[in-house]
Amino acid sequence: MIKIEAIVREDKFEDVKQALQNINVHGITVYQVMGCGTQKGYVEYVRGQKVDINMLPKIKFEIVVSTEEWEAKTIKAIQEAAYTGAPGDGKVFSYDLKSALRIRTKETGDKAIQPGE
Amino acid sequence: MIDSGNTGFVLICAALVFFMTPGLALFYGGLVRRKNVVNTMMSSVFLIGLSMLLWVLFGYSLSFSGNIGGVIGNLDWFAFNGVGMEPGPYSDSIPNLAFAAFQMMFAMITPALITGATAGRMKFKAQVIFMILWSFLVYYPMAHMVWGQDGFLGTGGLHSVDFAGGNVVHISSGVSALVLCMILGKREGYQKQSYRTHNIPMVAFGACVLLFGWFGFNAGSALAADGLAAHAFMTTAVCAGTAIISWMVVETIHSGKPTLIGASTGMVAGLVGITPGAGFIPIWAAIIVGIIVSPICYFMISVVKKKLGYDDALDAFGCHGVGGIVGGLATGLFALSSINGAAEWDGLITGGGETHLFVAQILSILVTIGVAVVGTLICTFITKLITPLRVTKREEQIGLDMSEHNESAYPSFNGLD
Repeated sequence: MIKIEAIVREDKFEDVKQALQNINVHGITVYQVMGCGTQKGYVEYVRGQKVDINMLPKIKFEIVVSTEEWEAKTIKAIQEAAYTGAPGDGKVFSYDLKSALRIRTKETGDKAIQPGE
Repeated sequence: MIDSGNTGFVLICAALVFFMTPGLALFYGGLVRRKNVVNTMMSSVFLIGLSMLLWVLFGYSLSFSGNIGGVIGNLDWFAFNGVGMEPGPYSDSIPNLAFAAFQMMFAMITPALITGATAGRMKFKAQVIFMILWSFLVYYPMAHMVWGQDGFLGTGGLHSVDFAGGNVVHISSGVSALVLCMILGKREGYQKQSYRTHNIPMVAFGACVLLFGWFGFNAGSALAADGLAAHAFMTTAVCAGTAIISWMVVETIHSGKPTLIGASTGMVAGLVGITPGAGFIPIWAAIIVGIIVSPICYFMISVVKKKLGYDDALDAFGCHGVGGIVGGLATGLFALSSINGAAEWDGLITGGGETHLFVAQILSILVTIGVAVVGTLICTFITKLITPLRVTKREEQIGLDMSEHNESAYPSFNGLD
C-alpha cells in the first residue's frame, strides 16, 4: 500500500477532486493547511497600509492506493489538475504504508482500502 | 405650508430606507461563498456612493422634474438647481429636499437588488459601468413613468397604481437581474457542486434589517405622518409576517424541515409582495398576499429555475421580480379607493368585478418588464464594448474577493470553499 499526500492551491480543490473522481479514486481525506515555500506569500493593503502575508492557505489531500500503478495514475491526475505554472502550485509526496484497517468490517490490508459494498 | 410632523417623518423614513441597502449587503453577503463575500457586499456599498452622486446631479431631475412625453423628466433640476427648502410639486407639506432625499434611497436600493443575480462571476468594473447606464436607462424613466408628474403609467395615462415601488423597484430590478444573469452565464460548476452559504445568521439579520427599513419604505411613501402611513405600516407588517409562516409551511411540505434561510427569504418575498399595494389594499387582503406570495416565489426558485437552468445566484428575480408581479396583480384585485384616493377605481374583487384597475395593473407590469428587458440589453451591450462582463475562470476559482479587490473577508481564517 502506498500513501500519497498532495498540497495544492485552494482554488484547485474542485479541479483535483474532480480529477480523482474521473480515475475512480474515491477515498480521499482533505485538510485545510497553512504553509510557505517558493511562493513567499504576498502583500496585502489594509486601508492603504502594507501587510505582509507569509503563511498561505493550501489544501492537502491524503489518498491511500494499493499498487504502484495506481500511485502513478493518481499522482499524474493531481499534477495535471493542480498545475498553473506559477510558484505556489504545491507538492505531491508518496511513501510506503505499513497497515490499514476498515473499522466497520475489520478487513485489513488492501481489502480495507478497496471500495466496500 | 411646511408641516413639521410630516417633514420629520419623511426624513426619518428616508434614513430607514437608506438602511435597507446595508441590510441587503448583509443578506446577500451571507448567502454567497466565503471567497465572494467582499465582492458581494461591495456591490451594494459602492452603490451607496454612486447612486447618491448620480441622484443629486441628474437622477432627481430626470425622474421628477417636468415631463417629456410621460416617459422621463427634464434637466431643470440638474445638480439640485432650484430644489430647496420650499415644498415641491409632489407634496405641499414637506420641503422638496425631503422628498428628494426619500426618493434618493429608492434609487440606491434598486440597482443593488440586481447584484444578487450576478454574484460570484461579474467583473466589478463591468458592474460599475452597467449600474451607471442602468440608472439612466431603466430606473429614472421607470420612476418618472410611475410617480412623476403626468407619468405615462400613473396619472398621465394608464392610471395604474404603485404605492411604494412594486414596478419601479422590484419588477424592474428583478427582470433586469434575470436578463443579466442569462447573458452572464452560469457560475463554474453550477448544479454540480454546492455553493455553500457562508453565514446564515448574517442572512437572517440582513432580512430583519430589510424589514426594519421597509417600514420606512412603505409607510414613508404616504409622504405624511397620517392615517395612510399607519395603514401602510400595518399592511407591511402583517404581510411579511404571514409570508414567513407560509414559506415555512411550503418548505416543510416539500422538503421536510423549515430552515432559517427559508424563513428569511419568505420575509423578503412578503415585503416585496406588499410594496405596490401597501397603501391601497385593506389589512385583511395583506394577509392573503402574504399567504400566496411565498408559495409562488418558492415554486419559481425551487422548480422553474432548476428546469430552465438559468443561474440567478441569490434569487433576485425569484424574490423581487416574481414577488413584485404578484403584488402588482394583488393590488389590482384588492385595492379600495376609500383607503387611498389615488386609486381611481376599486380592485377586481373589492370592487365587485370592476376591471379598470386590474387591467391597468397588468398593462403597467408588462410595460415595466419591457423597459427592464430592453434597457438591460442596451446596458449590457454598451458595457461589453468597454470591458468583458465576466471574470476569467481562474479568477472565479480564486474568488472575486481576492481577484477583484485583493481583500479577503476573513483574512485570519482559512477554510474550504
